[in-house]
Amino acid sequence: MYSLSYRRASSVEEARRLFKEASDAAYLAGGHTLLPAMKQRLAAHDVLVDLGAIADMKGIGVSGDGLTIGGGVTHAEVAGSQEVKGAIPSLAALAGSIGDAQVRHRGTLGGSIANNDPAADYPAAALALAATIRTDGREIAADDFFTALYETALEEGEIVTGVSFRIPETAGYAKFRNPASRYPMAGVFVARHKDGTVRVAVTGAGNEGVFRWSEAEQALSGNFAAEALAGLSVDPDMMMGDIHGSPEYRANLVAVMARRALGSLGSAEAII
Amino acid sequence: MVTVSMTVNGRQVSKEVEDRRLLVDFLREDLGLTGTHVGCDTSQCGACVVHLDGKAVKSCTMLAAQADGASVKTIEGLADGAELHPLQAAFKEHHGLQCGFCTPGMIMSGADIIARHGSDLDEATVRLELEGNICRCTGYHNIVKAILAAAGEMGGGMKQAAE
Ligand SMILES: Cc1cc2nc3c(=O)[nH]c(=O)nc-3n(C[C@H](O)[C@H](O)[C@H](O)COP(=O)(O)OP(=O)(O)OC[C@H]3O[C@@H](n4cnc5c(N)ncnc54)[C@H](O)[C@@H]3O)c2cc1C
Ligand code: FES
Ligand code: FES
Repeated sequence: MYSLSYRRASSVEEARRLFKEASDAAYLAGGHTLLPAMKQRLAAHDVLVDLGAIADMKGIGVSGDGLTIGGGVTHAEVAGSQEVKGAIPSLAALAGSIGDAQVRHRGTLGGSIANNDPAADYPAAALALAATIRTDGREIAADDFFTALYETALEEGEIVTGVSFRIPETAGYAKFRNPASRYPMAGVFVARHKDGTVRVAVTGAGNEGVFRWSEAEQALSGNFAAEALAGLSVDPDMMMGDIHGSPEYRANLVAVMARRALGSLGSAEAII
Repeated sequence: MVTVSMTVNGRQVSKEVEDRRLLVDFLREDLGLTGTHVGCDTSQCGACVVHLDGKAVKSCTMLAAQADGASVKTIEGLADGAELHPLQAAFKEHHGLQCGFCTPGMIMSGADIIARHGSDLDEATVRLELEGNICRCTGYHNIVKAILAAAGEMGGGMKQAAE
């Protein structure tokens, strides 16, 4: 790791100020994406502004049709939260399936959303649950937030302070893990909302990152069951291809995971 | 440089270190606690697991400065004087180690698993929970056995006892 200065912020405003004062700062949350990259010198920053002590980013609360989780809440806290389990059990189960126990003790919702790794789990939930990403200055619909691989609508220095998920009537998640990295090779989050709309979001597989699978949404809005997806497939031209799996293989996985997600309503299924 | 203060195995320590110092290097190099190991560069192997405020974390993926003000427990802090912690005794009894490189991390993760699951622990849960700890020797079988045996040994009041 290259040399750096460490600063711990105690409020969102202080974090913004410390970020602005440095020439090439980065926020440090759980550090479970940023620090491995910095250790390998794939990333370098003169200042790391630690968001870990900002109390305002740590709450979990339900109000009306929304479940709001602070950007600084860890995956383990989401997985263990009675409020999350009560409102959106599949979201708690998704958080409990990220990485391993130690990663879940440190990694945060805000860090995962801001990083927008094309194989991360949370972005699929954010899209399918019509989430609103809350930052220090504004609110951004999840549909407008994830713009490209590792790219988001966040501006330089903007902080994800929380995410509000729309509480659905029912939802489920299924993913097939990469046997080495353990991130999903394809993960599908399905949700039927209280107004009858259906959302289906796919992570891990798309060559432009997380996306909504609109044909599946249409097919499921009449009949929210796996059989409604019979014969439906995604275009392999939209899929990633690498040593772990060809685009055709991933396209097939997406269809299979979508059906499995419908069989896991109220929970999450992680395969291997 | 930053001044980092924390409690390590019940002892208050304070040192001036480079801002980029990893917690694992702070423990090993600055405090001489070499029981915590480094087995990978990708945050995957778990040889470096310690408890930070009672929770298992990978000390290779944290700055020492992030642990400022915290309480850290390493493998050196587990035994009670000359008496092994039930998990250490179970690893010995059940041959839960061969080369021993992964063992400090396995034991610290095992203590965390027992603390969180208490007496509900079964084999499938232990295997799932060991996702973040890699062993190149044993095939995991005796590690799982040792953790289950220690969980049984530690009985009902386990949530505190594991700490
Ligand atoms: C071994 C291992 C396995 C993993 N497996 C999975 C997996 O299966 N699925 C999965 O989804 N993830 C996985 N992860 C990633 C993990 O979930 C990360 O913790 C997460 O993606 C990033 O969160 P963080 O809090 O660690 O962020 P950091 O690493 O601290 O930050 C990541 C990036 O986001 C920025 N950032 C952080 N917080 C904010 C904020 N509030 N506002 C704006 N910008 C911010 C940082 O500047 C940085 O650029 C794994 C990680 C490891 C090490
Ligand atoms: S050394 Fe920390 S996970 Fe491998
Ligand atoms: S005993 Fe050798 S790596 Fe586990």
